[in-house]
Amino acid sequence: MEQNMVNLTINNIPVTVPAGTTILEAARDAGIKIPSLCFLKGVNEIGACRICVVEVKGARSLVASCVYPVSEGMEVQTNSAKVRKSRKLTLELILSNHRMECLTCARNAHCELRELAAEFGLDAVRYANDELLPQIEDSALHLVRDNSKCILCRRCTAACRKLQEVGVIGANDRGFATHIGCAFDRDLSEVDCVSCGQCIVACPTGALYEKDDTQKVWDALHDPTKHVVVGPAPSVRVTLGECFQNPIGTNVEGKMVTALRRLGFDKVFDVDTGADFTIMEEGTEFLHRLQNGGTLPMITSCSPGWVRYCEQHHPDMLPNLSTCKSPQQMFGSLVKTYYAEKAGIDPKDIVVVSIMPCTAKKYEVAREEQRLKNGCLPVDVSLTTRELGRMIRDAGILFDKLPDGEFDQMLGVSTGASVIFGTTGGVMEAALRTVVEKLTGADSAPVEFHDVRGLAGIKEATYDLPGRTVKVAVASGLANAKKVLDMVKSGEKSYDFIEFMACPGGCVNGGGQPQQPAEVRNFTDLVALRAAALYEQDQGMAHRKSHENPVLQQIYADYLGEPGGHKAHEVLHCTYVPQKRYRTDG
Amino acid sequence: MPNCKTVIPYHGTPQQEEELKKVIEAHKGQAGATMPVLQAAQEIFGYLPEEVQIMIAEGLDIPLSEVYGVASFYAQFSLNPKGEYRISLCLGTACYVKGAGDILNELETKLGIKAGGITPDGKFSLDACRCIGACGLAPVMTINDHVYGRLTPNQIGPILAEYQ
Repeated sequence: MEQNMVNLTINNIPVTVPAGTTILEAARDAGIKIPSLCFLKGVNEIGACRICVVEVKGARSLVASCVYPVSEGMEVQTNSAKVRKSRKLTLELILSNHRMECLTCARNAHCELRELAAEFGLDAVRYANDELLPQIEDSALHLVRDNSKCILCRRCTAACRKLQEVGVIGANDRGFATHIGCAFDRDLSEVDCVSCGQCIVACPTGALYEKDDTQKVWDALHDPTKHVVVGPAPSVRVTLGECFQNPIGTNVEGKMVTALRRLGFDKVFDVDTGADFTIMEEGTEFLHRLQNGGTLPMITSCSPGWVRYCEQHHPDMLPNLSTCKSPQQMFGSLVKTYYAEKAGIDPKDIVVVSIMPCTAKKYEVAREEQRLKNGCLPVDVSLTTRELGRMIRDAGILFDKLPDGEFDQMLGVSTGASVIFGTTGGVMEAALRTVVEKLTGADSAPVEFHDVRGLAGIKEATYDLPGRTVKVAVASGLANAKKVLDMVKSGEKSYDFIEFMACPGGCVNGGGQPQQPAEVRNFTDLVALRAAALYEQDQGMAHRKSHENPVLQQIYADYLGEPGGHKAHEVLHCTYVPQKRYRTDG
Repeated sequence: MPNCKTVIPYHGTPQQEEELKKVIEAHKGQAGATMPVLQAAQEIFGYLPEEVQIMIAEGLDIPLSEVYGVASFYAQFSLNPKGEYRISLCLGTACYVKGAGDILNELETKLGIKAGGITPDGKFSLDACRCIGACGLAPVMTINDHVYGRLTPNQIGPILAEYQ
């Protein structure tokens, strides 16, 4: 198909691009970077901040290049005196209402605003406002908002509304009083926030950041009476490197293990092992529902953001939710039961730390229904990838110089199936690897299920298995999950098994992952690069199906009994309950 | 924001709620439905408490934060009911240069509420308004239909006392 091409000049350089391209993108093709701030491709395209303005010959005023489409014969100047003056003044005015405490700011050197100030060569802030006080809102377990650093770019509200269709934050009031907040300026902990953290990775400044739990971990590591165990999630090994300027999609599993050991953890286990247990339990549950007329479609429960969304927005679907705990919680549960017993340590003296791509995990670890029979919560502290990166730096560990290490055996052996949990479609594929083999009874059952891979927001596939046809769907991003649920409820679609992940693209794009600036996000497919590293690791694994995991087989034989059995239920399952969306009291 | 949650308990009647439902049904699915529905809701209830905004958000299937964002943006919408005595202080140019700012401070201090608010007993509501066409009397305020002109801060206490 021939595309309609448009000819124009940018800084007198002739450029030919497809119609509909924005000036900002066309300039990029010509090797010209136009600075931007509020623009986040596909998420926030509102042309509001005026940093990306350019001069278009014949136009009445400077135009916002991030949303202005090219046209035939257009003459654009991106670096004229008028443009430079305007951008600089805009930035100065934005800074006039921004509390500048860069040295002690959570965002510090990674701030997009600070980067712009450096690029523009601002040597003084003419309109500095020294009277701005911190405006800390830290009611939620997973994040902190400081509106004194907010520049009202709306990237967070767009992520919340467009990607997630949760929409708990918006711009309140008007003029100078305009600020980002929840309806009626309620605290975030009072509204139906799912804790996904997509607002944090969208934020260009230090106005939004995860609640830092690193001190809790330092305290545990420095306490000789505590036995501190750590486990990183599948996706963390392909993103942690970004905290140390490695290219996006670098797998740093070996260095990560060494770094964790050098930080002083007594055992370095792997949440991947927990993920293999998730497949055994979820796969067994699915087969049971399939063969005994249970509630279908069964929906995965790995993503705490999705689980919370389901509890608040679709409580009628709770019977469809798998009763499995998430891999993080299964991992913690096994550490504080099986491992504690084997190692002869009182579970109350064990501190379990998880490293997660996720901010919702901070909320999940505190959920009461996760509590074990021995009185312990499975996981004590959940850190994001970013927090681990900070701890490693803080400890003076030169990450790039580290030799590769190996996980401790007992809960550190995993399969390719668990590795791919970190990307959209991964849980489904991992489940299919085991379920299809169980149903066909053949070792020849396929290992790879390509229909459920890829970056589409919604994917579906049908498999003809002995006895029946199984229809599956995979969606990531809650806006896509909502679409699938609406189709299921209206009867337009019917599925047997659905995988939902709260974050678009799955855990590799989680709210706890290293923040890449819009400058990178707008022109690079983060999800594809990070996911590719997971699939590559999967291909090289000795075992690629969860049920082949030798450690897992041993733990079932020694301790848990049958998958889906009584003991497995006691340790690895829980009940999810409806939650209120709104509060109207007080 | 000081007045985002009203201190007055919600007293909507089933009839009012039924009326609102009809308005929501009539606008559901239309682009730009929020404004006309909010306007109608304010007509029905006199103001836009949280309970009413939740009904609108659920009815139109849009986030509550979006409804609240619109309601808190426009001056025409009130998040508080009007009091038994409705105080309107003019902050138009003439009144402002004649010291209406000091009068506002005095009213806010004496009543313990901010402009746009209502006292917890429901007796006084306070609004800052634009020119009421009595610039000759600047600074001017009205309490219900009674006009008070050429005000000074020390007159506010005695005036309010008349209504206690």
